[in-house]
Amino acid sequence: MIEKTVAELAAALASGDISSVELTQAYLNRINRYNPTLNAFITICDESALQQAQAADAARAKGKNINPLLGMPLAHKDIFCTAGVKTTCGSKMLHNFIAPYNATVVEKFNAAGAVMLGKTNMDEFAMGSSNETSHFGPVRNPWNTEYVPGGSSGGSAAALAADLCAMATGTDTGGSIRQPAAFTGITGLKPSYGRISRWGMIAFASSLDQAGPLAKSAEDAALMLNVMAGLDEKDSTSIDKPAEDYTATLNDSLAGLRIGIPRQHFAKGLSADVETAVRAALVEYERLGATVKEIDLPNNHLSVSAYYVVAPAEASANLSRFDGVRYGYRCADPVNLEDMYKRSRSEGFGDEVKRRILVGTYALSAGFYDAYYRKAQKIRRLIKDDFTRAFDTVDVIIGPTSPHTAFKLGAKTDPVTMYLEDIYTIAVNLAGLPGISIPAGIANGLPIGMQIVGNDFAEAKLLNVAHQFQRETDWHKRKPVALGKGA
Amino acid sequence: MNWETVIGLEVHVQLSTVSKLFSGSATKFGAEPNSQANIYDLALPGTLPVLNAAALGMAVKFGLGIGAEIGRRSVFDRKNYFYPDLPKGYQVSQLDFPIVGKGSLMITMDDGSEKVIGITRAHMEEDAGKSLHEDFHGMTGIDLNRAGTPLLEIVSDPDLRSAKEAVAYLKKLHSIIRYLDISDAIMAQGSMRCDANVSIRRRGTKEFGTRTEIKNINSFKFVEKAINFEVRRQQELIEDGGRVVQETRLYDADKDETRSMRSKEVANDYRYFPEPDLLPVVIDEAYIAAIKATLPELPDARGARFVSEYKLSEYDAGVLVATREMADYFETVANGSGDAKLAANWVSQDLLGLLNKHNWEISQSPIQAQRLADLIKRIKDGTISGKIAKTVFESMLHDTASVDAIIAAKGLQQVTDTGAIEQLVDTVISNNPDQVQQFRAGKEQVIGFLVGQAMQLSKGKANPAQVNELLRNKMKAK
Repeated sequence: MIEKTVAELAAALASGDISSVELTQAYLNRINRYNPTLNAFITICDESALQQAQAADAARAKGKNINPLLGMPLAHKDIFCTAGVKTTCGSKMLHNFIAPYNATVVEKFNAAGAVMLGKTNMDEFAMGSSNETSHFGPVRNPWNTEYVPGGSSGGSAAALAADLCAMATGTDTGGSIRQPAAFTGITGLKPSYGRISRWGMIAFASSLDQAGPLAKSAEDAALMLNVMAGLDEKDSTSIDKPAEDYTATLNDSLAGLRIGIPRQHFAKGLSADVETAVRAALVEYERLGATVKEIDLPNNHLSVSAYYVVAPAEASANLSRFDGVRYGYRCADPVNLEDMYKRSRSEGFGDEVKRRILVGTYALSAGFYDAYYRKAQKIRRLIKDDFTRAFDTVDVIIGPTSPHTAFKLGAKTDPVTMYLEDIYTIAVNLAGLPGISIPAGIANGLPIGMQIVGNDFAEAKLLNVAHQFQRETDWHKRKPVALGKGA
Repeated sequence: MNWETVIGLEVHVQLSTVSKLFSGSATKFGAEPNSQANIYDLALPGTLPVLNAAALGMAVKFGLGIGAEIGRRSVFDRKNYFYPDLPKGYQVSQLDFPIVGKGSLMITMDDGSEKVIGITRAHMEEDAGKSLHEDFHGMTGIDLNRAGTPLLEIVSDPDLRSAKEAVAYLKKLHSIIRYLDISDAIMAQGSMRCDANVSIRRRGTKEFGTRTEIKNINSFKFVEKAINFEVRRQQELIEDGGRVVQETRLYDADKDETRSMRSKEVANDYRYFPEPDLLPVVIDEAYIAAIKATLPELPDARGARFVSEYKLSEYDAGVLVATREMADYFETVANGSGDAKLAANWVSQDLLGLLNKHNWEISQSPIQAQRLADLIKRIKDGTISGKIAKTVFESMLHDTASVDAIIAAKGLQQVTDTGAIEQLVDTVISNNPDQVQQFRAGKEQVIGFLVGQAMQLSKGKANPAQVNELLRNKMKAK
């Protein structure tokens, strides 16, 4: 049962084939069995999960709350604040932080009656592409535990791939949902900027951060997005645009769909395995009635550089609040204010976080602002224009999510090599567009991810295009063989 | 050496909104420490700002009040620095695109001369909390009640040329802000704060001298003293062959001096950048028109109307429109009494003297405007003389009875009965034969003495005009 999709489980719960308590217990058992190996969860909420499951079963018995996610076991990335449950953001800085409030995303899943199994591991403050920067240790890829699951939402991706939960939340600033989804063989959607409230989501780079669903299928992602999307008056950057029923158009025909494939995404650096898988998927789409043509995203090569100015600049300010004054880590026996600041931050933050704070601080400094921050913002505009032009002639853009499959733990020690992991995903964040990664193949026992990018607020179209592929293929149903079945 | 002083003021005004600039916390003055700080004010991770629409409206109102350009697209920026009472580690302010652009106001000096002072800009920003260094035994307490309170920072052009001009500018600004009802603007409570940028240059030179910024000036009086001290200090420094260092200086009112706080040369790099948690504020014509419709008549316009409508002197009008409350008071008295000139005299001299003596605000005056109007009516209809009216005015301070009741109870009605006055005049003529003789000999000015005698005899109640006339007739008749 635990390997089933949310759509399937919703039917089983509705028909009474299984109760939420039974389902929740099954996942908790599996978490207990595999989490010590995978390290996907930072916090496991056994007790409260079972209470929520009981409440969900009771509500269903009374015929209340017919949301498909009622009683559905879920894992939240540990970046979302959860009232009364630790929210660490993968950092020593917040290792003991308990928020007094719920993120809007958490609030919405609670209202839908979903069951929170726990909080998933992540790169520290979402800064990383391998989940190795977490203060709580790296997450391992269920397909091969010598390999990374990707990052920063690596805990959510690994938990889902290993069937430790039915669905999970993540956040994506430069690829943090899509790349781990690709590395673990699941479906991960980064919606358009502003589609989901950022209230209660610990900020990394405010103008790029976006929450999204990680799921076992596009249909599940649509069910989750139905709960997550919408205007939130507490987030001034959330969009005042009615959320849709994202399941409504899943089965629309793809006949006449115009697919663009960016030349720049099939160039040097792309591994042959990944290219072969994605090209095979394109053939499948043509069979479904789509047309495929090459397009240009001429400024794509500037995206990583621009991103590593904008994101650290915003992060340098966003992380200033972690000063040891009001909450979070404070160094022992500070001798004065400056000592408290310096040691609390030096001891509380990991290396990658410090590196980005330094880079961001430098980029914003007097005399460098124009050369770095302002120029990066101009590049951002150019990148957005590239996409706008492309969407004049195509409906979606398809390419690889990552240049290769998952790499081994400890394999990438040079920060810039690590930053280049997100070469195909970062531009999508800079442009504020929606992008989804779905499984499209397997090479050497590791999953291959394919990215589909849409125009502003074209989430329904992306999910439709992804779902039609998943109706014809079974890549998304493949399971890691390294782990056993059942609890 | 002939020096010219150049001053620009940066004035922070606390906008009198019910809640903070970006959170729903209350902004009441004097609450228990940290009782008005919510999760955003505490900068808990994951919290986000939402702009207070009322604060925006007040800022726009101010801009319209000084005839300034309104930023149709204004942008919030983060100003980064670490301080324990700045919870986010940055202050949300506005740098390149402020809500209020170029404007101006007019100041009037004591000699009646007028000068237009340019206002560079005004922008919205959030206040910091307070660090409390006392009562914590070597530690520092943090009170975040004030953190996030909306401020409007108003920056003047370097147009002010003396401490007196600076004070006149500040008072005018204060007056406009109070008229607009956008802030309490009480300097002693910090709801209006002033930093002064001061430099000197040799008269006739075009370049500005190196300036210092004086902080912590919390009264109009101290503005004048602090600037004067700083100007003297800079003059002496330069004349002794030294050079002014660009720095921030703190004014110490107890010692009446400024002293160095920190050097700007090693100052913070604030690393401003656009606040990504807030969208640019875009304002349309309809919004501006709606705010414009709420603008009250401002001091300059009201003063001009007082001159044309009530025939007051420019000076009197200027005194009466200094505060909205004073101007309202005057208009009630003028309209209630039907004599604007008398009303102006009574309000600007007697009433203002009374208020100054007791250090009262006009709202604290024991004599309401309508009662003062009643008093003036009795002067006009001859019931009492102007002199007797002063006595009645004194009584009105602690007697809440009507003006007429006080006059009746004290028997202060003017004597206009010709029989009674004739008696008085006869007595005076027989008591002062020498003066009567002088008058008859043509020394007319002695009449004043004789009238005075009659008034004294009547305890001030006789109608002086009647006494005068009767005296003349009687003395000439003989």
